[in-house]
Amino acid sequence: MKTETDLTNVNVNMARRSFLRYAGVGVAGVGLLSVASSCHKDHNVVPTAGVTDVGSGDTGILNFAYALEQLEAAFYLQVVATPYTGIPSIELTYLTDIRDHEVCHREFFKAALGTSAIKGLTPDFSAIDFTSRTAVLGAAKVFEDLGVTAYDGIAYNIQNAAYLSIAGSIVSVEARHAALIGNLITQGNFVSSDQVDANGLNISNKPSAVLVGANTYLKTKVSANSFS
Amino acid sequence: MNLFSIVEEIEKIDPEFNDRISPRRDAIKNITSFGSKVAIAAVPFALGNLFKKAYGQSASASVISVLNFALTLEILEATFYNDGMAASGLVTDTSYISQIQSDENKHVTFLTSAINAAGGTPVTASDFVYLDYTGGAGSQAGPFTGVFTNYQTFLAVAETFEDTGVRAYKGQAPNLLGNQTYLTAALDIHAVEARHASAIRYLRMTKYGATVLPWITSAASGSVDTSGAASNDTGVAAVNANYGGATPENTSVQGGVNILNLPSATSSTTTVAAATAAFDEPLTMSEVLAILVPAFTKPKS
Repeated sequence: MKTETDLTNVNVNMARRSFLRYAGVGVAGVGLLSVASSCHKDHNVVPTAGVTDVGSGDTGILNFAYALEQLEAAFYLQVVATPYTGIPSIELTYLTDIRDHEVCHREFFKAALGTSAIKGLTPDFSAIDFTSRTAVLGAAKVFEDLGVTAYDGIAYNIQNAAYLSIAGSIVSVEARHAALIGNLITQGNFVSSDQVDANGLNISNKPSAVLVGANTYLKTKVSANSFS
Repeated sequence: MNLFSIVEEIEKIDPEFNDRISPRRDAIKNITSFGSKVAIAAVPFALGNLFKKAYGQSASASVISVLNFALTLEILEATFYNDGMAASGLVTDTSYISQIQSDENKHVTFLTSAINAAGGTPVTASDFVYLDYTGGAGSQAGPFTGVFTNYQTFLAVAETFEDTGVRAYKGQAPNLLGNQTYLTAALDIHAVEARHASAIRYLRMTKYGATVLPWITSAASGSVDTSGAASNDTGVAAVNANYGGATPENTSVQGGVNILNLPSATSSTTTVAAATAAFDEPLTMSEVLAILVPAFTKPKS
């Protein structure tokens, strides 16, 4: 059963090579099971073979968030397991904290969704050089900014006020991460104009746009056809 | 909020829209003649009209009340940073503080125009008897005396304002449930406040030795920390209430799920630090007002 949940049970001490091998093993199983799970609840969505659709309604939104949190958690697990060359201890502390938050978010959605949860996704970080500070922080900025725009963009679709509150509780922590990563890349770069518009509002994105970015780093492609 | 996509949407309904907001219109021509600063300030005004056009009706009283509550906070924040930046020799990290000042003033402009467009009456700075950033209820001699002469005090107050702003917007989100325009805008401001909070905390930690992280990390979790004593990580006991409340910052049960019992990267359970920092909690409107009134401000009755 490990192949279904590879990304959610990654051991932090796993060396990079075995992590990638481990992740790779999961692809086939995840694809099959994910499609199966996306078929039984959605009436108006035709699944694409090999693509995991998050489903519809509030469950779909929680699964959309779960997918993004899986991606973020997997990224920071790798970052902390194989820190970039010459990492200062304070930066390792920050990134370890962020890892722990993202794992909290991932595990929260997994627990909250129960049997409605999409399966574990397999990441594809082959484009990221984990030995390079520039590459790692650049990717971290992409993930954090993406997370903020994703939660803000989908929030109005949420029907249950309790879920909306929790989404709000998470998105501000993602924004805190985003600002820190921005500052680590360039001091004072925490509300950069690529993320905050002329009215002082953070930009937000539709799920379809968010997933274009997220799927770049996923072997298991994800769709949110009900929310496009 | 993507202004350009809104303009596109409006143009589908109203082909003359561009004419309406373009300099060919006399009113706009007059505005732009004052210079580029005013023209920029007119953008949110046009956006406010877009709201009205896009939805063709005024917002409900409850939505306007949420927007005015948000505007009250933004006026407090904007004035705080305006006063701080104007205080000679106070602000060292001007690149940080000036960006935050700019954002907060934009939020005031944005919300004011949004409320006007929605048919409401926006609050203004003149609606308050006083603004007292020392927390002294108008005496200007409260627990944060020296807020505009001592930079460390200024940063501590800034940190609390930002953290509280995040919690205040979060608390109003359920009142805007399903409202694409206003909920999305409120959450977009909320995210910027969180970015500010992170940056102020980062400054305090890296440059001035405060033991804070960019996220609120509580020392203990368990019974409801109404007073905020266990939730407040700023080292400033006077602001405990800003971190407490009915859903304090040290909450570790989210949506019925006990985060402490979930597996973490290194263990089958999760630490209090991670569980509390991974989620920011809301404050209700009455909780926020109890913190602000009368210590920091008092509305004219």
